[in-house]
Amino acid sequence: MYPENFRYTKEHEWVLVEGDTGTIGITDHAQQELGDIVYVDLPKVGAHLEKGKALGSVESVKAVSDVYAPVSGEVTETNGLLADAPEKLNEDPHGAAWLVKLKLSAPAEAENLMTAAEYQTYVGAEK
Amino acid sequence: MSDAPLLKTPLNSVHRALGAKMVDFGGWDMPVQYSGIIDEHNAVRNSVGVFDVSHMGEIEIHGPEAARLTDFITTNNVQKLKHGQAHYSGLLYEHGGFVDDILVHKVEDDHYFLCVNASNQDKDFEHIRSQNRFNAQVDFASGRYAQIAVQGPNARATLQKLTPVDLAAIKYYWFKDGIVGGIPARIAHTGYTGEDGYEVYVTPGEAVNIWGQIIDAGAEFGIKPCGLGARNTLRLEAKMALYGHEIDASISPLEADLGWIVKLDKGEFVGRDTLVKQKDGGVARKLVGFEMRGRGIGRDGYEVYLDGAPAGWVTSGGPSPTLCKNIGLCYLPVEQAVPGRNIQVMVRNQPVDAVTVETPFYKRAK
Repeated sequence: MYPENFRYTKEHEWVLVEGDTGTIGITDHAQQELGDIVYVDLPKVGAHLEKGKALGSVESVKAVSDVYAPVSGEVTETNGLLADAPEKLNEDPHGAAWLVKLKLSAPAEAENLMTAAEYQTYVGAEK
Repeated sequence: MSDAPLLKTPLNSVHRALGAKMVDFGGWDMPVQYSGIIDEHNAVRNSVGVFDVSHMGEIEIHGPEAARLTDFITTNNVQKLKHGQAHYSGLLYEHGGFVDDILVHKVEDDHYFLCVNASNQDKDFEHIRSQNRFNAQVDFASGRYAQIAVQGPNARATLQKLTPVDLAAIKYYWFKDGIVGGIPARIAHTGYTGEDGYEVYVTPGEAVNIWGQIIDAGAEFGIKPCGLGARNTLRLEAKMALYGHEIDASISPLEADLGWIVKLDKGEFVGRDTLVKQKDGGVARKLVGFEMRGRGIGRDGYEVYLDGAPAGWVTSGGPSPTLCKNIGLCYLPVEQAVPGRNIQVMVRNQPVDAVTVETPFYKRAK
């Protein structure tokens, strides 16, 4: 369910680190909790993200939810798919509906985040 | 929020078995969604949906002067109601603000049945009792009723399979007592979705039975259980007020664009003096609809700006599944509360363009 090569936050974001590139998204648990996602607000390319600070927001029919940066770095790409099809975030949160890609300023930051197994236990316990 | 345990309707275990997402709604453990808000919303607009609204309160007024008391505490004209007829009305304080918005049903000359909001029911009961200087008795009856709403263009066909009562003969905002699924019920041709439909009152012990029969009867129409999430998007499209949002103790019906439930010429009633002054002098603010033009969703409580200055607030806002637009209702100075005004909604500290529009946003084809 939760990819082994991702790391996870308590706020339900994931990050995939490949060299000095990080890809960030929200977890399947997060999209389930939010319900029908209708709007995604992302930072601009070039924005500097700081670990733990809000990078944007995801809105469902019912509510707005902040998305926090799991790691620090500079935004190199945002997922244009989500502007026209925010519902993709309900369908493929760990794949096609990633949010942003970063050039990481401190790749080691991700090592402190939860592994897939730890996250699975975490969301299991949260219920 | 208090630490008191959440209240449960008789259908609580049914919702949980269906895998509903449950939320604390004014102290009640209620389903916010089952299959998804948009899916449920569309079921009601296109076919039929069923809602557990047993958290709603009921108050009954009996006695020789039941009509006089009911008329005295509400804004609409109770004297105009016929047997078996209902209407939407306001329960006001002397200062003109809402205690609650309610449905008044005339059962008999000496018996009125009030359906009130769940989180206001205790307050409503105390308020009505405090105003009772008539030969009438006020009963807190919420424990005697469960309520299930069947809503959508196929609501009648669904419910008709379960009852010998000719539903086509019950006009909109009329009701009839009869048998539904073998059980005594009150069938009201009312709803909170902007769609055709019925609200069925039964004893709490029969709620699970009736719910199951309705689900079975509606299966051929693809009936869906619907939660409070869809109830909210549906009522917002139809511009029906929600207590705590469009209306509350600080807002009068004339401000809330509910002048149609205020009958100033019917005689004395609680709040009338204030409303007469408001009618003569005019109100300062008024409810108006808007659509977002820029990217962003105006939501409940967000500030509204006019010409760069704060001018009002959003009472309810969100995506409209039927119209595929982001819509909302807001209070603005009365002279600006007309369609066609350019406004900005402050969405998380960013002004986003919107425009005021005609309401309701959605009106069903008759």
